Amino acid sequence: MDAVKAKNVSLGYNTREVLQEIAIEARPGEILALVGPNGVGKTTLLRALARQLRPRRGTVRVNGRDVWRLSTLEVARLIGLVPQHEAGDSSLTIEVVVALGRMPHRGWFLPLTRRDREVIARVLHQTDLYELRQRPITTLSGGERQRVLIARALVQEPEILLLDEPTANLDLHYQSAILSLVQRLAYEQKLAVIVSIHDLNLAALYADRVALLAERRLLAVGPPRAVLTSEHLSRAYGVPVIVTCHPVYNIPLVAPVLPPRPSRAPGGSKAVREVPVMDRQSCSE
Amino acid sequence: MRGRLFLMFAATTGFLAIALVISLGMGPVSIPPAQVLAVLFRHTDPSLSHTAVAIVWDLRLPRTLLALSIGAGLAVSGSAYQALFQNPLADPYIIGASGGAALGATLAIILNINAVTSAAFVGSLLAVALVYIIAQAGGRVSAVNLVLAGVALGMLLSAAVSLLMFLGDSDLHEILAWLMGGLSGRSWPELRMVAPLVAIGIGFLWSLARPLDALTLGEETAQALGLNLLWARTAIVLAATLITAAAVSSGGIIGFVGLLAPHTARRLVGGAHRLQIPMSALVGGLLLVLADDLARTIVAPVELPVGVLTSLLGVPFFLWLLRRGEPWTR
Repeated sequence: MDAVKAKNVSLGYNTREVLQEIAIEARPGEILALVGPNGVGKTTLLRALARQLRPRRGTVRVNGRDVWRLSTLEVARLIGLVPQHEAGDSSLTIEVVVALGRMPHRGWFLPLTRRDREVIARVLHQTDLYELRQRPITTLSGGERQRVLIARALVQEPEILLLDEPTANLDLHYQSAILSLVQRLAYEQKLAVIVSIHDLNLAALYADRVALLAERRLLAVGPPRAVLTSEHLSRAYGVPVIVTCHPVYNIPLVAPVLPPRPSRAPGGSKAVREVPVMDRQSCSE
Repeated sequence: MRGRLFLMFAATTGFLAIALVISLGMGPVSIPPAQVLAVLFRHTDPSLSHTAVAIVWDLRLPRTLLALSIGAGLAVSGSAYQALFQNPLADPYIIGASGGAALGATLAIILNINAVTSAAFVGSLLAVALVYIIAQAGGRVSAVNLVLAGVALGMLLSAAVSLLMFLGDSDLHEILAWLMGGLSGRSWPELRMVAPLVAIGIGFLWSLARPLDALTLGEETAQALGLNLLWARTAIVLAATLITAAAVSSGGIIGFVGLLAPHTARRLVGGAHRLQIPMSALVGGLLLVLADDLARTIVAPVELPVGVLTSLLGVPFFLWLLRRGEPWTR
């Protein structure tokens, strides 16, 4: 059964309609990547899945139950949300922030149990934060802070992990470190993962399936090879792209294309190169 | 880490105890610490000097304990609002508690009603209730709505107070003295009203330490961690308002304690409210006890407004702390 399933969901704020008739689902042990242009509504969709925004139409089900019939606390036991932005000026230490992830299980008043502490320690090791645990979160780098947010969501021991742009502003090392961690969790702990991401090549590399949002709707969903085509992408983003095959893996590789330039410009040799909008070399089926 | 925390709490508590004993001995009639302690522990003992018992037990003790309660209360209330609004500039008066109290007290003084304290208390509660209702009516009740409604209503109330002071020409001095804050002439009855409310409020907010921690990370995060925002916000505002109303109605508008004490506490023991709230209470209590000592002795027999001294004492200390940087981050 799908861990999380959105059916015919339409979302919006006030008078503005953001997404219409979205149908997506994620199974345990699967990574679904949400891709699409800026402002298309990836964060909005994640908020609706996490029960922070009520859909105008349609339903969001978690383990077969309508999220709006669950309490805030019940949702927090099932869904771990890793937000893109979080107040960074709090003077709490890493350990305190991560321990807050136990609250859905422990409640807001009862002291932590031994098992709570074990879970916290295990996750801190897993995310390489154990040595840093006494540091205030104000002193952390972008990659460290992202790991703290993921650690807190993991300490919730959720069945579903929602991540909003976890690799934005991170360098190559942290991009692959974070996504490898997410992948390991999805496969080993059978988490259903939905992750919004801008980098299409990272999406192709790590996701089992990709959902491409554009023009207020779900343009395509399926395995990376079927969704990340030059036709889909040029339509979604409004620019020509080249999609070729990854040199090592059997997945698509997306490359940007320069816009046409006046040929007399210095270094014009690049600009005059004609690029047909099509797949140069498709991956084998 | 644990040793350091223990040391911080032990040192602050020690300072506070010493400050209390010295305060009780300070004044027009100076009483040595040994005699102060004798009165404190055996005030019904007939062998003690009647004058000493009267001065320490009947005059100075209730006033000093009141300063302690008000200082602790304002500090914890400020700490809670700073978390709720994720704003380091929030203080106990941010959502209208002081404006309502000021209007209540001013009206009582001008109309010659002999119940300034009760009028201020009721005014304070009414103002916050009004702010809360206005913020609700704006659709989604966000912390931002609450702050905006609070600041706006606070301005309206303070304009009303200014107007009343301008029109009612005879009571200016009394109103001004109340607005600046002071504990002159306060005794056991005020203490009996304030101390229990402050103690209950502090205890309640302390029990909400984890929700407060979560709220400092933002409302969406707090919600994602399972916190019912409406419930938590209402509980926090209710407790902080009871404390503030009690403090303000008996001591007037004493500024800066509620802003400085939480920051000082955070620098000493970190941001977690489990530690920050008790430390804020100690620091706030200590600050107001010292400020009141100075207020009543510097230019005796004239008493200075204690609110002026909290700033004079607190701000330099705070600026020194700010320059020194956070020991916690090293």
